[in-house]
Amino acid sequence: MNNNKKSILKNSGFQSILASLLCILFGLVIGYIVLLFIQPKGANEAILTIIKNFLNYSSPSKMVKYLGNTLIKTAPLLMCALSVQFCYKVGLFNIGAAGQYVIGAGASLYCALALHLPWFVCIIAAAVCGAAYGALVGILKAYNNVNEVISGIMLNWISLYGVNMLLSTVKESSTPYTYALKSENPSALLPSFGLSDMFAKNKYVTIAIPLAIIFAIVIYIIQNKTVFGYELIATGYNKDAAKYAGMKEKKNIIITLAIGGALAAIGASFFFLTGYEQWSCTQSAVPSMGFNGIAATFLGGLNPLGTIFASYFIQHITSGGSYLDKNVYPSQISDLISAIIIYMCGFVLFFKLFLNSRVDNKKDTNANAVDTKSNEGGEKK
Amino acid sequence: MILLIQYTLLFAAVLSLVALGGCFSEHSGVINLGLEGVMVMGALGGALTMKYMANAPYIAIFFVVLLVAAISGIAYTVLLGVASINFKADQTLIGTALNILATAVATVVVKAINMAENPDNVSSTVEYLAAKKAFIIRFGKFEFNWFMLVALIALITAHTVLYKTKFGLRLMACGENPQAADSVGINVYHLRWAGVLISGFLGGIGGIVYITAGVSEWKFESGVAGFGFLSLAVMIFGQWKPKNIGLAALLFGFFRALSNVYSGFGFLVALNIPGTIYNMIPYLISLIVLAFTSKNSRAPKAEGIPYDKGSR
Repeated sequence: MNNNKKSILKNSGFQSILASLLCILFGLVIGYIVLLFIQPKGANEAILTIIKNFLNYSSPSKMVKYLGNTLIKTAPLLMCALSVQFCYKVGLFNIGAAGQYVIGAGASLYCALALHLPWFVCIIAAAVCGAAYGALVGILKAYNNVNEVISGIMLNWISLYGVNMLLSTVKESSTPYTYALKSENPSALLPSFGLSDMFAKNKYVTIAIPLAIIFAIVIYIIQNKTVFGYELIATGYNKDAAKYAGMKEKKNIIITLAIGGALAAIGASFFFLTGYEQWSCTQSAVPSMGFNGIAATFLGGLNPLGTIFASYFIQHITSGGSYLDKNVYPSQISDLISAIIIYMCGFVLFFKLFLNSRVDNKKDTNANAVDTKSNEGGEKK
Repeated sequence: MILLIQYTLLFAAVLSLVALGGCFSEHSGVINLGLEGVMVMGALGGALTMKYMANAPYIAIFFVVLLVAAISGIAYTVLLGVASINFKADQTLIGTALNILATAVATVVVKAINMAENPDNVSSTVEYLAAKKAFIIRFGKFEFNWFMLVALIALITAHTVLYKTKFGLRLMACGENPQAADSVGINVYHLRWAGVLISGFLGGIGGIVYITAGVSEWKFESGVAGFGFLSLAVMIFGQWKPKNIGLAALLFGFFRALSNVYSGFGFLVALNIPGTIYNMIPYLISLIVLAFTSKNSRAPKAEGIPYDKGSR
């Protein structure tokens, strides 16, 4: 997508940020209009509640604690977004991230609760299973020409039913939930290394959060500074040209989806091994984490570092939705806003073309102006 | 056994309607991955109509529900058309957005309606037990559903339109080689719009048929459980041809029906397979079928590529 990134680097970065901010604005406006339709009286307050999220609390310690709660869910979301981003750069739409997330949850919780393994083994198990699952999509794509979106969706449902069955063996007898990690196997809980003290003793804040950010940085480096990443992206631009240049395009497709699968699965272990939530073995819908990851990817301008901020934003409004007055407004307003944002991201390419044609018309003035604007845009986030 | 046939036909009706929708859209050159979302919107429109028309005469219920579901579907695909035909957006991305958006919109709308009626009712469920009877005629134990006939008519019409009319042949030309079509004076944009809107029409009807099959209330939070994608699998398996789509839909419909009625078969119960496996089977089968049939797929050549008059 960013063919001419090198020549107008600043310009393109600025455009991405501007486009993302416009998408957000558009999503929020539509959300506000829907709120007005449901109940005009409290709509102003409601949209502010969503935007404020943890700032709805008055005491600073509570704010910090609930900021922690948002961050706990941001970590898995970021991992899913990275999974989608990594594959999209290679021209693959990894909608199967949702299923790979489910597999990660199944593998890590089974290792923790049934096999009583420590946390790092659980994460590795999740990564391996997720990678295998992603590779399956890759093999089907590379050798059997199966559209990765359709096979991904099929595997999402297969994984959901499979994991529900697997985890039924380690669930509490009276509820549909799996055993609590704390009582069953504390060694599988992710360590906090003092992070929880920073968030007003929120014990679910763990190393998952910094680890997810490190993953984002590593992915950025792989994609921009290594031959391996370059080959993968070249495959994405033109499969046949990559093959002609001596790259193994089939292998690249499979490896990409395997890495994507591992990322999403690790994301699940980052969430479920905090003990924040238990898996419900009767859930009948694929968790929305993987789908929200798609929103975060595109909102982040398809850049791993931008994805960090975008994931936080998406999770911020999703958590904000839960503070709405439940008897007046449905909390799914947040999902609606994220969906509008994804839809609007479809127009980003057109928007950039439009901007470029405008820029070409008055070329000489842009260099300085764009530079300062891009800094402003960065701060706004 | 009669129950199995009944459900097979019903699910086959859903699958063939929606797959035909995908077929029209893809023949015109636009991949409609948002069919799942289109189904949800059709289901939403239809279910709400049924809720408010519960006491109307059966004929009126049937036609109004059909009409509203179709219009909801068409209206929703306008979003796909604008983005992917006029603004040349990535069709995979837009389709995915539409799927997520539809579930969110449906949940919000239904919850808002439920809460307005009764502040304590925060569920996303719509009930339509009474109105559902309008669709069914009983022949002994077999419940004939009018939608089975609708699907059959749609299949025959689709075949005739695609292969025997000027419109159909031009539509397919736009999916195979839009530049060539344009050069002989066919308006590619108009025909792609036609393809997309027809997919909305059929997808919307498919949605209402799906949620009225077997149950008498629907929880909109769970969307339509991947059925839009199963339909796309049916379309691929049917090689984008209405006749084959009909047969493929019967096969997939059979496996889907099995998960509804397996408990009625002594020998299946005796195998002692957990019910979850039966839920999984339709998806598993479609994955396997796709693996074997996609290799030589006869997909329209220009599908998924936005048409740009300037490029040759």
